[in-house]
Amino acid sequence: MAETLANTPLHDAHVELGAKMVAFGGWHMPIQYSAGILAEHRAVRERCGMFDVSHMGEIDFCGRGAIACVQRLVTNDIAKLTDGRAAYTVTCHDHGGIVDDCIVYRIGPEHLRIVVNAANIAKDFAHFRTHGAGFDCTIEDVSSEWALIAVQGPAAVGLVAELAGSSLRDVPSFGFAPGRIGDVEVVAARTGYTGEDGFELFIPTAGAVSVWHALLKAGAPAIGLGARDTLRLEARLSLYGNDIDDTTDPISAGLGWVVKLDKGIACVGHDALATVRGAGSTRKLVGFRVVDRGIIRDGADILDDAGAIVGRVSSGGVAPTVGGSVGLGWVPAAMAQTGRTLQLQQRGKTMAAEQVAGPFYRRPK
Amino acid sequence: MSSNVPTDLRYTKDHEWARREGDLIVVGITAHAVEQLGDITLVTLPNAGTKVTEGERFGDVDSVKAVSELFAPLGGEVVEKNGELDAAPESLNEDPYAGWMIKIRPTNPADFDALLAAADYEKLL
Repeated sequence: MAETLANTPLHDAHVELGAKMVAFGGWHMPIQYSAGILAEHRAVRERCGMFDVSHMGEIDFCGRGAIACVQRLVTNDIAKLTDGRAAYTVTCHDHGGIVDDCIVYRIGPEHLRIVVNAANIAKDFAHFRTHGAGFDCTIEDVSSEWALIAVQGPAAVGLVAELAGSSLRDVPSFGFAPGRIGDVEVVAARTGYTGEDGFELFIPTAGAVSVWHALLKAGAPAIGLGARDTLRLEARLSLYGNDIDDTTDPISAGLGWVVKLDKGIACVGHDALATVRGAGSTRKLVGFRVVDRGIIRDGADILDDAGAIVGRVSSGGVAPTVGGSVGLGWVPAAMAQTGRTLQLQQRGKTMAAEQVAGPFYRRPK
Repeated sequence: MSSNVPTDLRYTKDHEWARREGDLIVVGITAHAVEQLGDITLVTLPNAGTKVTEGERFGDVDSVKAVSELFAPLGGEVVEKNGELDAAPESLNEDPYAGWMIKIRPTNPADFDALLAAADYEKLL
């Protein structure tokens, strides 16, 4: 059962910090450091922390047809982007199922980059090559050239700006700009996956270790995947493979805001998505807060009023900042109603949960 | 990384510890178990009067990461559960040997002697 795991350029740095390393999407990644998941979660909510997300993939689109090509591949309208701006989106199959969720960066009019989930790099690249053929545009997987470190939390922007250039403070949400940390040129994108403000830093692989140490020295503690999951769940950000996958469409998953069906170039999956938008979803992804004592976990059953299993919890866990336990799950559309109670069942125990609209945690303005 | 394994306790391969207290057996989970679980956030235990069977589940421990089952080191009846763990499950992270979980009146008191000694448990770690 020996699985060959890939290491990020920061692998040794994690081990030095006493990280507990686990297999994640084919990568050897830190689940937590010595502080533990709760302390790491708190650090990000209260001040800041940094995450090695170098396992994520970068796929570059270059050429005169780059914008048209990406416009065909993703559901959001990326023709509206200007240089230095990015957008969250999904990329779909013809049948409307989600191949991946990703962020598109417009580096220039003839150069776009899509950052994708680690476990999906090969699948996405093949999908992009298949459906992006015929445009005046090269499609290249440049994942190995880039390390990615996310610095997140209320103090993150100040800390990065101090190190990498004070003008970075003016980068808007979903904007990006170049900076320099020591002698390493980086690109700082004002994006993240925690519900906090912050940057994701693109760093040439060779410079990753030196930037990591500079950030540590500046006061950003290392945060593992465990806290990344509790942080993203509180912020109600979907996790590919749990909440969304090849069988779920973005509209039913609550991501209809990234589905633009009238953008000139029809995206892959356009007709299937138009049908869902017209006819309505049969199932929906809902968020809920557990009312009873207990912590809900991925895979728990969701019951209807008669006690029949009608849905499944796709993400569930502890909500350290908001308290108690929260989760996301798929239910028949008729049951998806803010405020409506859901009965959840796991390991023979039933607990009540209340459906909630929007994020469980919102950062203070 | 030395896990703390007190020599005056008995153990199971599932990382529970057991201590004789008069006619009763006090049960908890080991430092190694706690280290693997990480931050503990909820402990679910059976009420007094519940029958437990050796090697079968008697409760759950939720950590931030996941839920893990607790297995009875021996069969018998629960006479008391540690209600303090309701309010302060995280105390297990500080001292798992002080944070006992249940006291069992064993059906067969001699079963205690069949549990692993510290040295044998340590070999499993």
